[in-house]
Amino acid sequence: MTVEREIVRTPILPQDLAANPVLSRWVTVHPGGTIDVRVGKVELGQGILTALAQIAAEELGVDLEQVRMQPANTARGPNEGGTSGSMSIIHSGSAVRAACAQVRAKFAAEAALRWGVGPDRVTVRQGVIRCDERTTSYGELAGVVDLDVPADPCGPLGGGDRPALVGKSAARLDLPDKIAGRPRYIHDLDLPGQLSGRVLRPPSPGATLLHVDEGRLADLDVQLVRDGSFVGVVGADEAEVMRAVKVLRDATTWEESDSLPDEDDLSTFLRSGPHETIEVLIPEGPPPGGHTIQATYSRPFLAHGSMAPSCGIARWNDDGTLSVWSHSQGIHGLGAAIARALDIDVERIEVEHAENAGCYGHNGADDAAFDAVLLARDVPGRPVQVLWSRQDELAWSPLASAMSADVRAVVDDSGSVLSWRYDVWSQGHTSRPGYLGVPGLLAGAYLERPLRYPAPADPPAASGAGTVRNGVPIYDFPDRGVTGHRLLETPIRTSAMRALGAYMNVFAIESFMDELALSAGADPLEYRLRHLGDARGRTVLETAARAAGWGTPVEEGVGLGIGFARYKDKGAYCAVVAEVEAESDIRLRRLTIAVDVGMVVNPDGVRNQIEGGATQAASWTLKERVRFDRRRITSDDWESYPILRFSEAPEVSVEIVEAPGVPSVGAGEAAQGPTAAAIANAVAAAVGVRVRDLPLTTDAVVAAIEASGD
Amino acid sequence: MTQAFELTVNGRQVRIETHPDTSLLHALRNELGLKGPRFGCGLGLCGACFVRMDGQVVASCDTPMWSAEGRTVVTVEGLEPGEGLHRVQQALLDEQAAQCGFCITGIAVNAATLLETNPDADEEAIVEALDRNLCRCGVQRRVVRAVLKARSESACHVTPEDAV
Repeated sequence: MTVEREIVRTPILPQDLAANPVLSRWVTVHPGGTIDVRVGKVELGQGILTALAQIAAEELGVDLEQVRMQPANTARGPNEGGTSGSMSIIHSGSAVRAACAQVRAKFAAEAALRWGVGPDRVTVRQGVIRCDERTTSYGELAGVVDLDVPADPCGPLGGGDRPALVGKSAARLDLPDKIAGRPRYIHDLDLPGQLSGRVLRPPSPGATLLHVDEGRLADLDVQLVRDGSFVGVVGADEAEVMRAVKVLRDATTWEESDSLPDEDDLSTFLRSGPHETIEVLIPEGPPPGGHTIQATYSRPFLAHGSMAPSCGIARWNDDGTLSVWSHSQGIHGLGAAIARALDIDVERIEVEHAENAGCYGHNGADDAAFDAVLLARDVPGRPVQVLWSRQDELAWSPLASAMSADVRAVVDDSGSVLSWRYDVWSQGHTSRPGYLGVPGLLAGAYLERPLRYPAPADPPAASGAGTVRNGVPIYDFPDRGVTGHRLLETPIRTSAMRALGAYMNVFAIESFMDELALSAGADPLEYRLRHLGDARGRTVLETAARAAGWGTPVEEGVGLGIGFARYKDKGAYCAVVAEVEAESDIRLRRLTIAVDVGMVVNPDGVRNQIEGGATQAASWTLKERVRFDRRRITSDDWESYPILRFSEAPEVSVEIVEAPGVPSVGAGEAAQGPTAAAIANAVAAAVGVRVRDLPLTTDAVVAAIEASGD
Repeated sequence: MTQAFELTVNGRQVRIETHPDTSLLHALRNELGLKGPRFGCGLGLCGACFVRMDGQVVASCDTPMWSAEGRTVVTVEGLEPGEGLHRVQQALLDEQAAQCGFCITGIAVNAATLLETNPDADEEAIVEALDRNLCRCGVQRRVVRAVLKARSESACHVTPEDAV
């Protein structure tokens, strides 16, 4: 049996463990028994550290309480790249599993050696290492077992017998502190000697600083920092620094210029080019003749709108090294970008992750860290904490790109699809630090020696793409063509936000499926199933429909709509049924969701991610639109950029479709696209008119109804 | 430019020397080390900084110190006078009604104040009160469930079954 296993098993480590093979990078066992686990993934409010702690505890054979998750750190922890794309549980999960399984095996082997027994006779449960009556513990053996050794590709990878913790809901480890109000966030950090800093952002993206009347700051206890058009203040008292930045606003003279597109005609802007053409599916020939149906959909620019403004802390140390604290999704990428921007050795920069409020993609975290680095340069040895204003957060963080899409189908006599063509136009969806070989940090463009940033790129297809993410419909259409058009001149800075292009593409595809069903006189659910061979997909669709009471009559003025997709074509399946009431206004009553994420590590964690993702997507879909004039972003507070409120939040129920034995995939980005489509389809069902441009505000629906009556 | 301000915070008499325009939020966080009230917008529009001042829920980011003189302030840290969590906080924890958790202390202050002034608050009243709080992660419905639970737990002290 042992021999068989050796033959079958390819000696290969999970990719993140192979890249960081030394076990002590991942695990430290303290003599007191506490076990520190370090990962490269970071807590963004999604609960990933709890899920990874569950896996670690399981493999180590200890209770969850014995494991202490450490903040990611470029100098001390493993490098697992960024925390994005719902990949954490896949990559970090398997690496932690294997690393901890090997640590456990080493401790069991050490105990076996001491007792003169075979290692297979040693068990490790609830932190007790045992053989018959003899017991020891991790703490007792901590000084003897050497973890400064590489993981063994032929050693255990974990995930074997007795899943005790995995698959059970675990309470989030970080929530007790956060609910009690104990210091936990980067805003709360108070390092010895820490100063407060603020940056005065230009009045508009195209502005240049001409003059600073420094005398105006004379009465304030702050230090001015200026480098080109980058200007800020540093001081001991945060409130004083905030007053100073207000004074500075009036004490600066800028030259401004118009640089932004016409927000009322984004479609023309997006389609004017120049573009990079992304051929996703090239059809074999022109579409067949027949009845052709087509439609155009769009979404506006969207803002991350994290509840906490971005924050960064930096300290230039006496030995020439630089310490940075950031809520970045990618601390290694941030460190490298800072090194590149300032032309210093990356080995001299240490970046530690510190939590902030929810992060839904590439927001201002990295930019705020770089702001802190620039301000701290003028006060060596002192940490400087930079906190953005709400206005800067909404106007200067990277945005999610506006998008526009054309869908065209040829259908047969029964209304079924013979041919499908999809074209989507967008700015790129990533400008994370280091993209395209540039630092990509906001302040860089305003320095005396400016560091320009080129148009945002798209992630490669292997990482799920950007503009064309989920651009390929899951349905079995005989003839398909899918093309993306990424804009190469981009006056508005955009980057990754939850689900990237998938939110728009699924909205367009799934709205259009309903339009085709309507044209075929078919039920939207039946119409989808007619074109869908994928068994897991069918189960998820049918589960959501059943849970929502699909097919039973609804009241007058109420509509049900369905939306469905498999995230990134290989991730989680998610079907959403929306129930919308359209009387005096559009009210989203309920979202009924079914999801298949493969093996479930933490069921309540999955539910929370799906509920939250769907609720946030409801906010995007019903309310959100970044506003701007030709010069600047104007939607810079919660009145000009309204988001969903308690009274508007729908009831959300989530059915998890079990898929035991199927590898886990992330849940955080599965629901956005299907939710948008479900709402749009429910609105259409309720009022009989289709709205194809997001957001689906009451005004937009009323305008569509009035237009349809013309 | 600084002045001394005396007020009561979480049952304790405190004296804070600061500029009269400094916000109560910054005084609480930086002078008293109370990090539970959080900076979300600085404009009184999101509720992350909510505290109770003389019984009313106010945005501490939007309250200058000159107007806090002599007032009685309760922050999330002082919701439960003894050890442990206020029942609203406990219910939020039990329901795992938070993702990033940044908005949750302001919500706790608001909901706890509502239940203290209106112990019979129904779902509609809870939603109406919490409409002043923003949450971006999308845990609104979990929060409402938790507050309803906290309400029924407090109400059960006076149910007939208890009286028997």
